Amino acid sequence: MRVALFVTCVNDTLFPDTGRAVVRLLRRLGVEVDFPRAQTCCGQMHANTGYRDEAVRLARRSVAALRGYDAVVVPSGSCAAMIREQYPKLAGSSGPFADAVAQVVPKTYELTEFLIDVLGTTDVGAYFPHRVTYHPTCHSLRGIHLGDRPLTLLRQVKGLELVPLPGAEECCGFGGTFALKNADASAAMCADKVRAVLDTGAEVLCAADNSCLMHIGGMLGRQKSGVRVTHLAEILCSTETAGVR
Amino acid sequence: MSVTFLGMPADRPFPRNAARAVRDSQLRFNLRKATRTIRARRASVVAEAPDWAELREAGRAIKEHTLRNLDEYLVRLEESVTAAGGHVHWAADATEANRIVAGLVKATGETEVVKVKSMVTQEIGLNEALLEQGITAYETDLAELIVQLGDDRPSHILVPAIHRNRAEIREIFAEHMSGWGRPAPEDLTDEPAALAEAARLHLRERFLKTKVAISGANFAIAETGTLVVLESEGNGRMCLTLPRTLISVVGIEKVLPTWRDLEVFLQLLPRSSTGERMNPYTSMWTGAAEGQEFHLVLLDNGRTGVLADEVGRQALRCIRCSACLNVCPVYERVGGHSYGSVYPGPIGAILTPQLRGMGSELDRSLPYASSLCGACYEVCPVAIDIPSVLVDLRSRARHPWPERAGMAAAGWVLERSGRLARLQRAGARLRRLVPRRLPGPLGGWTDTRDLPEVPKESFRDWWDRTDGGRR
Ligand code: SF4
Repeated sequence: MRVALFVTCVNDTLFPDTGRAVVRLLRRLGVEVDFPRAQTCCGQMHANTGYRDEAVRLARRSVAALRGYDAVVVPSGSCAAMIREQYPKLAGSSGPFADAVAQVVPKTYELTEFLIDVLGTTDVGAYFPHRVTYHPTCHSLRGIHLGDRPLTLLRQVKGLELVPLPGAEECCGFGGTFALKNADASAAMCADKVRAVLDTGAEVLCAADNSCLMHIGGMLGRQKSGVRVTHLAEILCSTETAGVR
Repeated sequence: MSVTFLGMPADRPFPRNAARAVRDSQLRFNLRKATRTIRARRASVVAEAPDWAELREAGRAIKEHTLRNLDEYLVRLEESVTAAGGHVHWAADATEANRIVAGLVKATGETEVVKVKSMVTQEIGLNEALLEQGITAYETDLAELIVQLGDDRPSHILVPAIHRNRAEIREIFAEHMSGWGRPAPEDLTDEPAALAEAARLHLRERFLKTKVAISGANFAIAETGTLVVLESEGNGRMCLTLPRTLISVVGIEKVLPTWRDLEVFLQLLPRSSTGERMNPYTSMWTGAAEGQEFHLVLLDNGRTGVLADEVGRQALRCIRCSACLNVCPVYERVGGHSYGSVYPGPIGAILTPQLRGMGSELDRSLPYASSLCGACYEVCPVAIDIPSVLVDLRSRARHPWPERAGMAAAGWVLERSGRLARLQRAGARLRRLVPRRLPGPLGGWTDTRDLPEVPKESFRDWWDRTDGGRR
């Protein structure tokens, strides 16, 4: 099976640890991963802010880089949602772009989908001795319907104590450029999320999307709360013998 | 060309309204409490309906079909209403509708009318227009009464006074009821029962002496000419049965083809809206009864324009249940007034700029009044894909130039992986220089949140250096 990692521009640029964790995790499970060099960004920021033409250009580039693989793994619920939900709309019903999209979309998996639905594994042999709470993020939850896949994986992690997050399904207020354009509303939403995280007493907040974690983590950090944020992949990658890095 | 009026001034953009609202801690407390309670109630009564998904699909399909054949069903509605002894009037915009209604009231010789809660009459600013003609309109819905007495604006589709708590309501009643009719009792407390009793006595007097009523309608059935109003207090029923003349102002999208279609919506609406299994007062009337007169004013006010839009037209399926408001995390923090229209929340963010156009700063900012979290789409009983409509409207809005420049620059960098790699390396070299506070419009982020640290090496460079971790 030829598997492509679509690492996403945010992970590539700001959170390379997550990309490395995905590579190591998949390799540990016997999957050879390739990183198609021409990839950059799925175009979500442009599409969601109303810059359709730029989004179409970036979508064309992404599918060109990703087609030809048996599977595409994306460690981000929202970028996976962009590819699966918005690419078909951007591509229209016919033409070479639409064909390429039709090839890539059914093979695109968010990381936990790939682990559970394709590899058929729920225990990835991870070890992470911490109190962890999980924020499902809107696009993971309502965009691609991840359901409880992430929790199923977390429950198998040795040493990990999973604590439920109150109001988990509520938006953290990130929303891409929403956090800039409506900074006050966004901060008010984030403040409630932060309070909920602190209420759990968890040491680590994890999610399947680094952008939401960057947002919530930014406020947790400003408040000097001591709670760490970590992408789910990094937890799944940790073992007793090797840390993430 | 006529300008669509939506009953509220469109002056400041949404983020400025919102910034003020989030600082009002009383407002945030009231909203949080109210929306959470009703959200939980909706969730539990929806969960117990085993065929909810099918019902929702049926609701969506009926509305969609009706909108596609709207011209036909409207003509049939007119025929049925006329055959049942009613009179039908067509209004292209707010001005025309208000003129028709004022004319009809004047013809009765009356100067006072009672009103059932109606969004569409707020949309066209009917009360104000009637006042100019020397006619006073009395709101009879409890929440609308609170809004009217307080010289305030509604801030929610279902609970127009959601932004008020009971202490504030007591104030309003004690101070202003006497100016509109029977005064509040001297010893009025802020107990809900006492407030309701004060309103009941005040309204009862009004119902018994007013001879003209104005209503909206939740549904208008083309096949039979029947109009339907759903409400919870019984005040609507009083308005709809007691007066001699009834004038109903109804948006053209409210029509349903047949009597049987109603069954679907009588299940969808109460569960989505008040979180009840069945609606307390459902009133239906067909034409005019003996000795009474019935007028139906069918209002366009921008709706046919919306209908012409392939993506946006689904907003006309809305049955005004308010489920999307109650689940919206943005609405919960900023309240209804921030949206600057009688239609607040997620549905308002897509309906208002479509009806009114995107000429003002406020209307251009409304499609951005969402984090695209998708909660509204999930609860909508007629499956309006609000996030997709928001994104579509955003792509048609005029963007401010600094943003355009930023987006173009980002697009240029992301268009070639080599450009992205070079920028990442520059960032890594300058990582110590990244400021703690961002300048200008970006500062909103760093006022309350830290920026992430820029890593020493991008993923892409790590992959190259280590041959994908193999070295
Ligand atoms: S958009 Fe949907 S959820 Fe919102 S008020 Fe209309 S029908 Fe209800």
